[in-house]
Amino acid sequence: MTEQGPPQPGADHPPRMGFFTDTSVCIGCKACEVACKEWNAVPADGLELTGMSYDNSRRLGSETWRHVAFIEQRKPLGGQEPGVSHDDVDIFRAASGLGVTIASPGPGATAPEDALPGAPAGETSPIAPDGRTELRWLMSSDVCKHCTRAACLDVCPTGSLFRTEFGTVVVQEDICNGCGYCIPACPYGVIDQRPDDGRAWKCTLCYDRLGVGAEPACAKACPTDSIQFGPLEELRERAASRVAQLHGAGVLDARLYGEDPQDGVGGDGAFFLLLDEPEVYGLPPDPVVTTRDLPSMWRYAAAAAVTLIAGVAVSFLERSHR
Amino acid sequence: MSESDVTPAGVRGARPGREAVTGRAAGRRRRGGRGERPVVPEAEFSTYYGMPVLNPPRWEALDIAGYLYLGGLAGASSLLAAGAHRTARRRLALAAKSSATGAVSLSLVALIHDLGRPERFLNMLRVFKPTSPMNVGSWLLAGYAPLTMAALLSDVSGKYRPAGAAATAGAAVLGPAVTTYTAVLLADTAVPSWHDGYRQLPFVFAGSGAAAAAGVGLLAAPLAETAPACRLAALGAALELGNTELMKRRIGLTSEPLEQGRAGTLMRTSKALTVGGTLLAVCAGRRSRVAASVAGAALLAGSAMLRFGVFRAGVASAKHPKYTVVPQRARLQKQQNKPGTATS
Repeated sequence: MTEQGPPQPGADHPPRMGFFTDTSVCIGCKACEVACKEWNAVPADGLELTGMSYDNSRRLGSETWRHVAFIEQRKPLGGQEPGVSHDDVDIFRAASGLGVTIASPGPGATAPEDALPGAPAGETSPIAPDGRTELRWLMSSDVCKHCTRAACLDVCPTGSLFRTEFGTVVVQEDICNGCGYCIPACPYGVIDQRPDDGRAWKCTLCYDRLGVGAEPACAKACPTDSIQFGPLEELRERAASRVAQLHGAGVLDARLYGEDPQDGVGGDGAFFLLLDEPEVYGLPPDPVVTTRDLPSMWRYAAAAAVTLIAGVAVSFLERSHR
Repeated sequence: MSESDVTPAGVRGARPGREAVTGRAAGRRRRGGRGERPVVPEAEFSTYYGMPVLNPPRWEALDIAGYLYLGGLAGASSLLAAGAHRTARRRLALAAKSSATGAVSLSLVALIHDLGRPERFLNMLRVFKPTSPMNVGSWLLAGYAPLTMAALLSDVSGKYRPAGAAATAGAAVLGPAVTTYTAVLLADTAVPSWHDGYRQLPFVFAGSGAAAAAGVGLLAAPLAETAPACRLAALGAALELGNTELMKRRIGLTSEPLEQGRAGTLMRTSKALTVGGTLLAVCAGRRSRVAASVAGAALLAGSAMLRFGVFRAGVASAKHPKYTVVPQRARLQKQQNKPGTATS
């Protein structure tokens, strides 16, 4: 039992808009976090240092609508092999081919099976006598997924959460009464309640900017085009070709997350290219919209109600027979 | 400062051991606590620095677990009231009608108190939305609460008896829905321990509500009228405990939070109180005033603790990434292993 999903584009609807976040080119600059906070006037939520990584915003919430995850792993980073002389290399020319040619496979690369002799080894190779291994950093800018079947929207009792003409999911703050039901309903842990304000807040995909034809603040600020904004159909095509390109370059870890319209939430309006399993980035591996099971839940509740009536009736039976 | 704090051996005074690799270790934290053993062997899984995937519910336990309890008590009380009304057990009927009215009024207070913007409570009724159990529940309460009040007022004043009887019957029709919809309210979330139990939870709450209503009957009705309450206590307790057990077995890993920590303590105490109260009610609930009162109080307390236990277990399951990631991984694995769809 879910809302029908985004409208079909037509005369009165623009195409469904979304984000494609290509984490393979994210440099972890957090410009998206800053731009989002600035544009949407999201309040400060403390200057705490987590000490676990360069990630000090931890996770998405009422005060964090873009969140950059930092992950360290013992895996080789392509293009940083030691012991290779670079004297004869024109770095500007090489940089222009970064992520395009096999010789510069970009981050997260492991050498293909049929690599030429002398090519960078695919396996983690100790680079220091003390046995330290190579390290790779994964960085990913997380955001509200603007699900095709959005649990937050389905369970909102006031109709405060609604689907816009762009197919995005937005909270109407003048209606939200702070019941908090959307928070545990979200399978991604995105929306949250602002403690001093009481209402629920999350990414609006910059609904105000979209209305005047501007792109969302985070995408505008992203210096590497890791965050790409556009019509969802176009983004899906672009993402598929990017994955093929990375696979061809030997980055076999590359995979799309949330782009499949057949998944448990009907596909995400904001989807990702990841270089490891989703849970490594704090994302659920197989999210399902909770309202998918709601018709069944109502049936079980009805059966339980009938059982309760029967139980009370049985309790009074003896007397009425006398 | 004349000397640099950065030495070849590292930063002076800095704590060592910042070399943990993300993922693996975080998920395998051993949980201590009274030698409890996990139901399912600990699975290996990755997390983002051990942080939860979900945002846990921001509801206050007292407000929302209290709301679930009072709703359950009110709904089942209305059924008990209708039965007592029909079989001319005047005092039992009055007790049950009072409990329904009192419980539903308090539950509304709890619900409104928990809102971030209580003054906007009526926004709940600006739409009708079957996809939102909270919206359905608000409409249900909007219809149900006035009926319980009308039934009680007519009984107390002795006026408008036909209307009072109709209100009593009406409340008995909506009451069971009020009792069981609260299970859907919890289950219709991404919270693992709540959602996974959606098949049994309505029966657990129905049984627990029945036991609580029987508790009111035992506490407040004269011994001559407690017989149906004793039987209802036994039926309710059996329904509740049986389905709780079934639920724990069916949902596997996500039943762990129901057995650990404060939630586990609450669930065990609830079980002891419900079993004890029921036994006492069945054995002595019709003969001894003291026994009936003690049994009634135990049943009411047991029912309340069940709601707090289930509530806390859900919050705990949302706060630990294990309960989100491991079952979802297992589901993906299963899909991949299905014949015909295997890719490797």
